[in-house]
Amino acid sequence: MAGKSNGAVKKNRWSAGVTPYAEMGYYNADYEPKETDILCAFRIVPQEGVEPIEAAAAVAGESSTATWTVVWTDRLTAHEHYQAKCYRVDPVPGTDQHIAYIAYDLDLFEENSIANLTSSIIGNVFGFKALKSLRLEDMRIPPHYTKTFQGPAHGIVMEREYLNKYGRPLLGATTKPKLGLSARNYGRVVYEALRGGLDFVKDDENINSQPFMRWRDRFLFCMEAVNKAQAATGEIKGHYLNVTAGTMEEMYERAEFAKELGSVIIMIDLTIGYTAIQSMSKWCRKNGLILHLHRAGHSTYTRQKTHGVNFRVICKWMRLAGVDHIHAGTVVGKLEGDPNAVQGYYATLRENIIAPNPVQGLYFEQNWASMPGVMPVASGGIHAGQMHQLLHYLGEDCVLQFGGGTIGHPDGIAEGATANRVAVEAMMQARNEGRDYLNEGPEILARAARWSPSLRKALEVWKDVTFEFESTDTPDVVVTPTF
Amino acid sequence: MRITQGTFSYLPDFDDDQIRAQVQYCLDNDWPVSIEYTDDPHPRNVYWDMWGMPMFDIKDAAGIMLELNKCREVFPNHYVRINGYDRRYGRQTTALSFIVNRPKHEPGFRVDRMEFSDRQLKYSLHAYSTDRPTGERYEDS
Amino acid sequence: MSIDTITMETIDLDAAYQASNIQQVLETLDRELVGLGPVKTRIREIASLLLVARLREQAELTTGRPSLHMSFTGRPGTGKTTVAVRMAAILHHLGYVRKGHLVVATRDDLVGQYVGHTAPKTKEVLKRAMGGVLFIDEAYYLYRPENERDYGQEAIEMLLQVMENQRDDLVVILAGYKERMDTFFQSNQGFRSRIAHHIEFPDYTLDELNAIAELMVAQQMYHFDDESRHAFAEYLALRMHQPYFANARSVRNALDRIKLRQASRLVAQGGVIAADELARIDAADVRQSRVFQGGIDK
Repeated sequence: MAGKSNGAVKKNRWSAGVTPYAEMGYYNADYEPKETDILCAFRIVPQEGVEPIEAAAAVAGESSTATWTVVWTDRLTAHEHYQAKCYRVDPVPGTDQHIAYIAYDLDLFEENSIANLTSSIIGNVFGFKALKSLRLEDMRIPPHYTKTFQGPAHGIVMEREYLNKYGRPLLGATTKPKLGLSARNYGRVVYEALRGGLDFVKDDENINSQPFMRWRDRFLFCMEAVNKAQAATGEIKGHYLNVTAGTMEEMYERAEFAKELGSVIIMIDLTIGYTAIQSMSKWCRKNGLILHLHRAGHSTYTRQKTHGVNFRVICKWMRLAGVDHIHAGTVVGKLEGDPNAVQGYYATLRENIIAPNPVQGLYFEQNWASMPGVMPVASGGIHAGQMHQLLHYLGEDCVLQFGGGTIGHPDGIAEGATANRVAVEAMMQARNEGRDYLNEGPEILARAARWSPSLRKALEVWKDVTFEFESTDTPDVVVTPTF
Repeated sequence: MRITQGTFSYLPDFDDDQIRAQVQYCLDNDWPVSIEYTDDPHPRNVYWDMWGMPMFDIKDAAGIMLELNKCREVFPNHYVRINGYDRRYGRQTTALSFIVNRPKHEPGFRVDRMEFSDRQLKYSLHAYSTDRPTGERYEDS
Repeated sequence: MSIDTITMETIDLDAAYQASNIQQVLETLDRELVGLGPVKTRIREIASLLLVARLREQAELTTGRPSLHMSFTGRPGTGKTTVAVRMAAILHHLGYVRKGHLVVATRDDLVGQYVGHTAPKTKEVLKRAMGGVLFIDEAYYLYRPENERDYGQEAIEMLLQVMENQRDDLVVILAGYKERMDTFFQSNQGFRSRIAHHIEFPDYTLDELNAIAELMVAQQMYHFDDESRHAFAEYLALRMHQPYFANARSVRNALDRIKLRQASRLVAQGGVIAADELARIDAADVRQSRVFQGGIDK
């Protein structure tokens, strides 16, 4: 396993004191990753004077077996086996950044535990002083490890069959205002949005059980709204009842109540933690409810280009942990998301085998070994007038959530919902008829607006709304034009 | 009321050319197309009656339209839907499903509420059309 | 074919011809099929007629679309199916059928054996053929005048209805022996009146058959020597006057049997041989045929 300078390294390897990580076996340019290895791509920025290879080896060391000094107790183990190995370090041109590729043996991780996986890989190393910053860009999770997880409670295909909805993106909305509505008023918003044509309405991430609206009252009024809307349309409808709470016991209690009331879906926040998410996924598989995850808090560590964890890695963890829905960006809305990177997240969530794609920031091939796909949810500052772009960037297996874009409609919530539904159906029709819907999008919508007053009003109100800011996080590679 | 199941329910009813275009989209994707009909529109009524088997190996929508016209002739007052099925590994499910015929008068549904303890209600969705035996529903529409 | 080949006063025939891809299809046909001069001429004529009809339509000189159903008559192995495939391509390039595929059917595919069986079978075939060309081989078997309760009549009526009412959706080619097709048309005026183009496929001449044999042998990576070439020509001269002779198909079958004999000969002979011996056909491989003893090869 050692490199060319093996003899010299071995001589010093076990002397007490501090030895460079690279010389302790944490860097090996000749190492060929095994198909069972978990691979990571880290973006590292070493401190001044620290060699990139040594910095990368330190990351490998600190995220696996090493500590700051040589310990003789390593010699009681098959340490070569347990050491993570950095096998490649590439400079990012024009920056002080490098991409370090590190391989971890499967034995380092407990089966079926995102908590254990993350405690290893992002547990300690992000505060390491020899690095200015560190970001986990991507992971290759081999089927050998994937297969130890349950995965999505139901997945995209089962969700569609359960809801009896095919051939178009699903539509949702988050109830607004986020905070302050009483349960009775809250249910009114749910009913209007669903009867108008949405498939789902959603609690916001911070709607849990506050003094102005306790969870049980919210659940009761929302389910009255859902059932009434089902009768008004003959369609299956859902409201993501957020069961996020302070303890697992309380979450289970709320989930059980949602089930008793006949809800098809419940919701949790990312803030409840990986273990709680895995537990809720098991509960949802067992009880037949779809599990929606709001990625509350993720931007604290996903947004900056040089430090933290890329969202595509969160997508992989959440697919393993077993959610059915996850918010994954909109491209055109109000929240951060470079188009290429977002398409990479969507592929990661939905496809079975994903090829490496530097343009989308995908460093490795990822084979999900038939684990069902997660339905990505696009939410935040999107409206009916962007339907052609949303369909183009995000495809049809997703939930499009128009919160303000439904509830803010001048003629009321139901009209807002209808506008969105008309827009999505008109766009699907045009796409299937072979139209160039991306370029003809505005015209397709304008034509539908001629007979749909709801859509006409929506297009008038939001026609100029765009959120065009530079992304803070973009893949390193830009497409080179071909001639 | 108008039940809004299916991919295209908020658009004006499709004419034959528009139906043909969607069917051709299915065939071009190598999705076999099937025709189903029912007089029980409950949203959880999964198994509508099959108008023959799913049609495999058809190249042109005209072949499907032949069957659709027959089906509509026999069941002018039923719900009729067209499904495209994607058999690809990883999908193996319906890819497109839309209603192409509906009764002239759709009486819709009623919510039955059973009061239960703790302010809970148990809900049930009842289709008015199913008050009559199958075959006699939608007769006066 | 693009509409902009037509301006107000002039029509660019060359451009229209180019755009229609007819030339490529005809060239493919030339490569695929030896001889068949008269057939190729007829195909060229029909293609020109259809092209001009298309242009007339675009110039608003006509309203109705020309009738396209055809009959291909000739003995087995004269290239009817191959030509039908190319005809489907021509019709597709000119926009007369939307998909351009060929569905081949015989009586067995269309006619059932008990009451209520025929309509679904015929409908199944018609549905698959929609957008393309339906090629009905030995079409006269559909009609069995000796049996007045024959289900063939039901299939015929469905076919006639589609040929009349769905001319945009389907083109039908009826094929079979010339004499029997003539009789068939006499007693089925419905078909006769709906068929616009009759193409006769003549038997191949001896020279053409020899050319076909050379082509097939080369395609399969074998070769004749002078003696075996001569022997095979003699074989064909005898065989073509025997019953059940099926032109190109008989040539292919004869070559299959010759390959079998060559292999048996090589194995029986054993020892070390030149590699070329595996490809060479010996006169003996040919002359063992029963035909030389007055028998019949099928």
